[in-house]
Amino acid sequence: MGELKYTPAVLLLEDGTFFQGRAAGKIGTTSGEICFNTGMTGYQEIFTDPSYYGQLLVTTNAHIGNYGTKKTETESYSIKIAGLICKNFTPQYHRPMADQSIQDYFEEEQLVGISNVDTRAIVKHIRNKGAMNAIISSEVSDVTVLKKMLAEVPQMEGLELASKVSTKEPYTYGDPHATYKVAVLDYGVKQNILHCFAERDCYLRVFPAKTPLEDLIAWQPDGYFLSNGPGDPASMDYAVQTAKAILELDAPLFGICLGHQLLALALDIPTYKMHHGHRGINHPVKNLETGHCEITSQNHGFGVSPDAIRANADRVSITHMNLNDETIEGMQVNGKKAFSVQYHPEASPGPHDARYLFDKFVKLMEK
Amino acid sequence: MPKDTSIRSVLIIGSGPIVIGQACEFDYSGSQASRSLREEGIEVSLINDNPATIMTDPVTADHVYLLPLTVESIIRILEERQIDAVLPTMGGQTALNLAIEADKQGVWAKYNIRMIGVDIDAIELTENREAFRQHMIHIGLKVAPSRIANSFLEGKEAAQEIGYPLVIRPSYTLGGSGGAFVHKAEEFDAALRRGLSMSPTHEVLVEKAVLGWKEFELELLRDAADNVVIICTVENLDPMGIHTGDSITVAPAMTLSDTAYQRMRDEAIQAMRSLGNFAGGCNIQFALDPETEDLIVIEINPRVSRSSALASKATGYPIAKIAAKLAIGYNLDELKNQITKTTSAYFEPSLDYVIVKMPRWNFEKFIGSDHTLGLQMKSVGEVMAIGRNFLEALQKACQSLENGRMGLGADMKEWIKTSDILERLEQASEDRIFRIKDALRLGVPEKTIHKLTKIDPWFIRQIKQLVKLEDDLMKYNVPDDIPEPFFRYLKEVGYSDAQIAWLMRIEEQHVTAYRKKLGIRRTYKMVDTCACEFEAKTPYFYSTFDKENESIPSNKRKVVVLGSGPNRIGQGIEFDYCCVHGLLALKEMGYEAIMVNCNPETVSTDFDVADKLYFEPVFWEHLEEILELEKPEGVIVQLGGQTALKLAKQLHERNIPIIGTDFPSMDLAEDRGAFSDLLKELEIPYPEYGVASNADEALEVARKTGYPALVRPSYVLGGQRMRIVINDTELERHVLTIFKHMPDNRVLIDHFLDRAKEAEIDAICDGEQVHIMGIMEHIEPAGIHSGDSSAVLPTYSLSVEAVNTMVEYAEKIARALNIKGLINIQFAIKGDKVYVIEANPRASRTTPFIAKAYRVPYLQIATKVMLGTHKLKDFDIQPRPRGFAIKVPIFSFDKFPNVDKNLGPEMKSTGEAIRYIRDISDPFFRELDRQRNMYLTR
Repeated sequence: MGELKYTPAVLLLEDGTFFQGRAAGKIGTTSGEICFNTGMTGYQEIFTDPSYYGQLLVTTNAHIGNYGTKKTETESYSIKIAGLICKNFTPQYHRPMADQSIQDYFEEEQLVGISNVDTRAIVKHIRNKGAMNAIISSEVSDVTVLKKMLAEVPQMEGLELASKVSTKEPYTYGDPHATYKVAVLDYGVKQNILHCFAERDCYLRVFPAKTPLEDLIAWQPDGYFLSNGPGDPASMDYAVQTAKAILELDAPLFGICLGHQLLALALDIPTYKMHHGHRGINHPVKNLETGHCEITSQNHGFGVSPDAIRANADRVSITHMNLNDETIEGMQVNGKKAFSVQYHPEASPGPHDARYLFDKFVKLMEK
Repeated sequence: MPKDTSIRSVLIIGSGPIVIGQACEFDYSGSQASRSLREEGIEVSLINDNPATIMTDPVTADHVYLLPLTVESIIRILEERQIDAVLPTMGGQTALNLAIEADKQGVWAKYNIRMIGVDIDAIELTENREAFRQHMIHIGLKVAPSRIANSFLEGKEAAQEIGYPLVIRPSYTLGGSGGAFVHKAEEFDAALRRGLSMSPTHEVLVEKAVLGWKEFELELLRDAADNVVIICTVENLDPMGIHTGDSITVAPAMTLSDTAYQRMRDEAIQAMRSLGNFAGGCNIQFALDPETEDLIVIEINPRVSRSSALASKATGYPIAKIAAKLAIGYNLDELKNQITKTTSAYFEPSLDYVIVKMPRWNFEKFIGSDHTLGLQMKSVGEVMAIGRNFLEALQKACQSLENGRMGLGADMKEWIKTSDILERLEQASEDRIFRIKDALRLGVPEKTIHKLTKIDPWFIRQIKQLVKLEDDLMKYNVPDDIPEPFFRYLKEVGYSDAQIAWLMRIEEQHVTAYRKKLGIRRTYKMVDTCACEFEAKTPYFYSTFDKENESIPSNKRKVVVLGSGPNRIGQGIEFDYCCVHGLLALKEMGYEAIMVNCNPETVSTDFDVADKLYFEPVFWEHLEEILELEKPEGVIVQLGGQTALKLAKQLHERNIPIIGTDFPSMDLAEDRGAFSDLLKELEIPYPEYGVASNADEALEVARKTGYPALVRPSYVLGGQRMRIVINDTELERHVLTIFKHMPDNRVLIDHFLDRAKEAEIDAICDGEQVHIMGIMEHIEPAGIHSGDSSAVLPTYSLSVEAVNTMVEYAEKIARALNIKGLINIQFAIKGDKVYVIEANPRASRTTPFIAKAYRVPYLQIATKVMLGTHKLKDFDIQPRPRGFAIKVPIFSFDKFPNVDKNLGPEMKSTGEAIRYIRDISDPFFRELDRQRNMYLTR
């Protein structure tokens, strides 16, 4: 019956909320923490963003897959989300530049998803009840079995995931003859961050998450970068120690997203698990130094404690603030060449309003 | 920067009478701006000569000037009031042009008025095509290769240089007037001449045509601190080559990757920031090469536009309201999102649904007009539909059009001849989207359709899914055989029960009954600007078939007001005015006021006018579901024109209370035979008439009534296909045409009262007492449609006896019909004899005009009478006339160069203006009266 030949799939949330829909992508079972992204473009960039590692992603946009997928529009070499939950999964795409349909892409990447569920109801549920674990299956429909499987999924809070998505070996990126050398600590770095540095005359060496400081220094970088990435920053003592040591060096230091949280922890400012995080490409941020506003791309489920940061006003200044909920979006370490933002100035997907931060970092490296 | 406190009094300029290309969307933006400023304690004066607008009502502004949009009128206002600033960006090109003219004459400087929300240099730059092109190149953005021409010779040279196909775009014209595509050299000369003559500066741009590129529009807002946000991205389903006002458009963009979109966003922001330094709205159009994804900038409108009205309704973000606040100094980050009330206004809305806008054309009114769509806008109105997927929104849009379609095809109106269909695919006209489906049904390959239409294959493939579904559906014989998941899926992609019924060749009621038995019911989702990320406080809903219903009915007493659907000739903005007042009266009386309409240009569908808004087709199936959910005390059908009135029958059949005049009485007024019997009983004269269902009967009827005779199909709007015939041959020919185009219809034949005067009365009746709101005498003789006539209020030449007779008849009819609410009665006066031509048991086109002219809130009074909360005696109605008021029809003939401009029984005007005169020695009146004599001698 044409359109109606589909495999049923189910979505079960930790609190017992249950949805029935259709299988999208690979037939199978997958689990993780459920979160939603409100972006209307850039699904492939989101799927491949390592910060989403281990998460089940709800896309709120009505259609997913319309313009197919393209090998070059990825933020890492593979899909990083654990599963997709969407309203209309649209394998029938059109875009002359695209390489394959979303269905083929998912099958190739072994990603399990569910479509034709009331994504709006799911979002509302997460908005009210907060982030929680969930399981998608197009193989198992028995709720008792699914519940058992779901019980084994670890909680995101306290989970260290960055080392899982970090590169195993160091590698370089960009022009070796570029003016600046930046040491990138890879906790799950997005491709476009590297690109944004490289196009600003930077040569990069991307180091595994747990690289000792000596190895970084040995490369003689002009600046250090703490990347974005998945998981709970509070569980990353190794990274916090590295960040502390870099601060001691007094070298230019820039952190994005998880990198921002690590920098805060290095300053003994605690992070916290947010109720349901910020994920989308329309988040309003005000730059408190210039008074200008920027629309930002965001993806984070943890945040830096606003109270603690205010209590440490002598050591650190708030540079950016979220206009919706007044959460901390950026900070500057007083008297140091170190700053960080909670959002994604590299965008991809999302607006390019905050690219100036890369320029700012490059300027700090000027000798 | 916070609010500029030096601005205490603002003048808003409206857009004047409705013409094609500038319609009631500017009433929406003007009204919103006015309310937004008054919220800030600013005194608002408003100038607009369109009496049908809500913006010119005392509920909207502090001081309303229903004056012609001229510099003289502006000066008059400035003399009379202490005005600090003028806001000219809410009234379309008309308002801007007037502001520029006043500026050039030094008026603003003389009265020390600041112009806010606008930068004149920016306007000049975007209007002057060559300067704009140079500017774009200067800031590094791409434009189509082009050359400017100020003479015929220069134009020829440009064409030689650029090559075909090319576009001719005259400078400084509205709605693409005078623009043309030229595919070959033979067509060039005529197009160039027309373009040059249409431009007030005798200037055209000869531009390379990027036919087949995809077209996108971005709606931007900028504040004085140069913060910019993109409110909405709209993708035109119809590619480059068709005016955006005539294109089916979709939001959010369906086929745009993030890489392409962000480049577009960057360029849009760069372009806006490069254009002067105004705070407000802006619209930018781009063309995108589907192969390379290269972009070119097509045009920029640095003001609130038709697209911003659509974007506001599509996203929930009130662009005009915020733009007005930006104009008085606020920055975006100092304002709140009006829908969530808690988050920032500085953000970019996210949609979790799809909207489809479809234009509504009225070609049938312009016999001989060229139906081909192109650079020049030809549609007269539009509908917007919201769904959880593209197909649902598309089919709902078709259901909203109110042209007899039940969805996208599958409704008996399909074409079956492939050659005809293919021709229509290449030459886009009003039915192209339907023909695409027909072609797919007949097996025409997607590739061929794409080649002919250049429409992105994604859309074609979507529509093809419907064809497949229909093939599957037709395998079932009775509804009970359809499996529930399949049935539900059909509903999810927008099929109406009527379409399913037609495909299965069964009765609609069986489909509906089985659907309800299966529990496949509509749920309602909120339009909240943020894809549910934040809690929204605004009750703005659309229907779909998803799991959770978000529209929780209250326990309050509630009444539903039915809107009038898309604007069209014969039914337009005036009914939006009526609905808004109806809603206000309901709220005042403590009812929950619920609005149902699908016209994005209207004020009544603004999110904070009604207590609850259902942005839904005014289509029975959709309405029924809303009524079954809400269970209102009743439904008001008198305020939404014929569209709403037509639904009275179904309401009555299902025992849903109709507020005011009951259905049998309405039906009596509408049924020609029964109404004439009533007139006979009341001893009221009426022209001899008869009804015929074939040509033989028609000739028989005409023998009785005599010639000249007025011939028309029954149940049509605005006198469609109405003709005056003078002999059997003409009668036969016309009757046959009617039956050809409207089979199953009947024909009404009236004796035509040649050289008679025409007049009309609008009245309110509470079942006992009748209040005559106004008596209008038409300057043009009977035979010209009342909508095309200049109506003078009060009468100026009719005898006292005739006027008294009219009043007497009106009172008799209103009482006999047991009217509770409004009635409009039309008369013909020949000699001393008064004939009744027709009665409409509802608000009429002239009700707002009278309310304005007499400065009485008649619609609110009428609504309270309808509700039964008040009797007429409860009101102290004090009309305050100012001499005579004339309702002057305004036409859009410039959009249809080859059309017969003679007026007749078929309405052709698109809008109206109001003129006040002290007495009939006024030169304006004398000119209209002189034209009357011309009609008489014709």
